Amino acid sequence: MIAFARMQLRDTALAEDAVQEALAAALDGIDRFSGASAMKTWVFGILRNKIVDGIRQQARSTPASAFAADDEGLDQAFEALFKENAHWHPVARPAAWGDPEETLREKGFWAVFETCLEHLPANTARVFMLREVMELDTDEICAELEISAGNCHVILHRARAALRGCLEQGWFAGEKPC
Amino acid sequence: MLSCKEATRLMSQAQDRNLGLAERVQLEMHLAICKGCRNFSEQMAFLRKACRAWLDRERRLRDGES
Repeated sequence: MIAFARMQLRDTALAEDAVQEALAAALDGIDRFSGASAMKTWVFGILRNKIVDGIRQQARSTPASAFAADDEGLDQAFEALFKENAHWHPVARPAAWGDPEETLREKGFWAVFETCLEHLPANTARVFMLREVMELDTDEICAELEISAGNCHVILHRARAALRGCLEQGWFAGEKPC
Repeated sequence: MLSCKEATRLMSQAQDRNLGLAERVQLEMHLAICKGCRNFSEQMAFLRKACRAWLDRERRLRDGES
């Protein structure tokens, strides 16, 4: 649970707080649940809210310019995939990734996936996580983080392109362990 | 004619908002002739699927089922 929260918040202390608060809330309400399963779902729901709260807190102390500085490297890497006419460079053209279901069943894939998530710059990663893991829509994210819709789309595109590139290199094109 | 770079921006935004008619037509025309961008488009859908599956995995691991 802490590892999960830390991945979203990019801050160990905040992650520990979020998990602790979620567990404390669960203990308070323990009598209300008949089964362990219902309670686990509930705890996870609380944790989700705590994580979104934590990211909101962090965003208040993050100037918008931090995103730009954060991500210069990613943008350069992305630009390098294209020729001058903005079409794919032949060696960088995305290749087919095969059967997604099969990939998601492979244990090794998840290690690469988490490493690639960790490699995203912190601010970019938080926006991406809110969208894809916490499933907030972009309007909510813009409001929570006080960024423009345009900026939000740029950050998400950057995150997806980076994650895509990392997975291609780390898993789909690389030597897979047997 | 849309460039591949512009197409990737639309394919990312398609995950977050409904594209306008003009955008959809431009993108479809581009995808019809660009295998690299068709792969990119499938990979955007894959990323979403993987993130959802990752969350499910986290839940299950906590439950000690796997």
